[in-house]
Amino acid sequence: MENQNTLNSKKTTQDLLPKKFGKRGVIWTAMLILLCLIGAFAYYRQLRYGLVVTHMGDYVSWGIYISNFVFFVAISLVGSLVTAIFRLGNIHWSTPLTRIAEIIAVSAILFASFIIIVDMGRPERLVNLFIHGRIQSPIMWDVIVISTYLVISLLLLYLPLLPDLKILNEQKEKNMGWWNKVYLFLGGFWKGNARQERINQKAVLILSILIIPVAFCIHTVTSWLFATTYRPGWDSTNFGAYFVSGAFLVGAGAVVIAMYIFRKIYHLEQYITEVHFDQMGRVLVLLALLYLYFNMNEYLVPAFKMKKAEEAHLVTLFTGDFAPMFWFSLLAGLVIPAIIMLFKQGRKPLPMFILGIMVVVGAWFKRYLIVTPTLLHPFLPMHDSPDRFRHYFPSWEEWAIAIGSLAGVLLIITFFVRIFPIIPIQETIVEQNATPEK
Amino acid sequence: MQKKDTSRRDFLLSGLLTGAGLAAGCSGKTAFTPGNAEQVIPSGEKVKLLSIDGEVVEVDKAFLKPVPDIPYPLSNGEERVGMPGKKFVMVIDLSRCKNLKKCQSACNHMHHVHPGQNWLKIYAMQDAEHTAPYWQPTTCMHCDEPPCVKVCPVDATFKRQDGIVLIDSDRCVGCRFCMAACPYSTRVFNWEKPALPEEIAGRDYSCETSVPQKKGTVGKCDFCPDMVRKGELPHCVTACPNGVFFFGDINEDVVTNGAETFRFSDLVRDKAGYRLMEDLGTKPSVYYLPPVNRNFKFEEGLKTEEQKTNA
Repeated sequence: MENQNTLNSKKTTQDLLPKKFGKRGVIWTAMLILLCLIGAFAYYRQLRYGLVVTHMGDYVSWGIYISNFVFFVAISLVGSLVTAIFRLGNIHWSTPLTRIAEIIAVSAILFASFIIIVDMGRPERLVNLFIHGRIQSPIMWDVIVISTYLVISLLLLYLPLLPDLKILNEQKEKNMGWWNKVYLFLGGFWKGNARQERINQKAVLILSILIIPVAFCIHTVTSWLFATTYRPGWDSTNFGAYFVSGAFLVGAGAVVIAMYIFRKIYHLEQYITEVHFDQMGRVLVLLALLYLYFNMNEYLVPAFKMKKAEEAHLVTLFTGDFAPMFWFSLLAGLVIPAIIMLFKQGRKPLPMFILGIMVVVGAWFKRYLIVTPTLLHPFLPMHDSPDRFRHYFPSWEEWAIAIGSLAGVLLIITFFVRIFPIIPIQETIVEQNATPEK
Repeated sequence: MQKKDTSRRDFLLSGLLTGAGLAAGCSGKTAFTPGNAEQVIPSGEKVKLLSIDGEVVEVDKAFLKPVPDIPYPLSNGEERVGMPGKKFVMVIDLSRCKNLKKCQSACNHMHHVHPGQNWLKIYAMQDAEHTAPYWQPTTCMHCDEPPCVKVCPVDATFKRQDGIVLIDSDRCVGCRFCMAACPYSTRVFNWEKPALPEEIAGRDYSCETSVPQKKGTVGKCDFCPDMVRKGELPHCVTACPNGVFFFGDINEDVVTNGAETFRFSDLVRDKAGYRLMEDLGTKPSVYYLPPVNRNFKFEEGLKTEEQKTNA
């Protein structure tokens, strides 16, 4: 038995250690870097000429930068769902998924902060937020909770990584040359003795509890950037819950996509099993139903009354210019995936992967719909301003920066997988050894 | 034109004098007693002034103190505090507006607003299918509960004690939250480098003149506090040939369009003044008089629109 365990753990370690990029990996990474560089060039142009390179105007004063920001904040919430809520709920099957969720959270929240800076007219005055910061402004609340969330997420990524760093440090010859120094710097102090284990477990437990209210805060406060204004479509008491529930859904969708890809490329079938997809499918159905519920509150209640200001907004969504996007995001991004995932066949890896993509893409357009149509329906008619301000379609610079930032998130995840084990080795071994005894 | 100018100046002088009179009254002296009476030799030239009771009184010109030159540039701190004891209001008489847009061009010219953008907009409004259309100029409402000020993360837009809401373009980070928050669509953004003559662009920014506008920051109507400090009226008020705009101090309870002067409370009461979007609770400082007994037909204003589209 003991021998069997050691054998198993050796194999597990071997299976889960970071691996070199294959040919596809190199092409993938090169493509991401290229997209980032195009985005960087577009941002250079924006810095040089001003926000005029975007197609935003005095009416649509927030465009895809802001919807992208909301998307990133939303997707980052999944870290707290998988690592914290599942952990506290004593759910064991999610163990192999924690690190995937946490790296998605960290990279998304990093780029959320970045894209907000991109949206600023005077990014060089960022320091004013600290010199002249007004705590009464929802933007300051966002700055505070997002930086807190980033720190906690980084710790929740790092602390469970310590035992794995010990494993990496023990087999220097197999690692890439100078990365040994990084592993040593990050985890050299980790002996893995009982005392350290105890402290680490306690810290992770405390952080898991802490991150839940902070996670709710980041997305609730993000929703308040809109809900604290008077505008139709934003002026809603439903907004916090609506945003948080949507965020868990898109985050879970992103985890499913990542699970499928890592499983396929690194042959992790033994570790990310069909059971995991099945379980994530059930979670997604629950989250989709929750989000559907808040969507009904958000659209059907105002639509029943059709107040004058709301009417113009709702009509463009239901039957007007934005109707195709609206129904796509609602049906393809929410209703259809939820229905398919009700069936066992729908929760197999490949259908789950496709449905995950539908959820994430639908969610991105959903964020666009939350930001833009509202701004096209001000209280006073659009008048006495340049014609180009009366409609909005992002410029190539905006697309390049938005796509570049998405590529940046993927790039961080890609490098992370190259450098660190994406499935927690130590925890998997512990789980494996514990299971047969049952 | 010259005559009009004089009467306007006289009114404002009266404002200042009554202000001084009030202060003097507090210290036990009667109004219109100059501080150092023995040195003043009456010139014999009389000026008509509006007293605090709303009566017209004649005062010897020698008793008027010239408005002291404003020690420009004011410090940022002084610009943020505002003029003590004042609370500025505007009254816009919709029955007089025929969409001439002189207010708009004067405002754009004096503030060097970027071409195409406007701080002052004139809307063709029609509230319901069967109600009559009318022209509605809008400035910044200088709300007493300004949504824009509430959301600003860096105190770049602020409310002064004289009621004016201004922007510090040297501090604005360009997040545009204030634009999303403002229900009156009054704020514009400098999407590119503002088109300014070199000597204007080189000036230090002043919150009171809102000049020069800066790339990547928000701009809007400022109630021209620089003009008010000089004892003059905002540019839109003086530019309007139809006397649509009245400007004044609610503490003195008086508003003027340069030619006519009214007691603010009487005017708003007798003509059923109202404010825009009262239900939002923003408490604007701009009052509207409804478009009744109009001086012009609505259609006359359409000519301006046609000229604009032809141009």
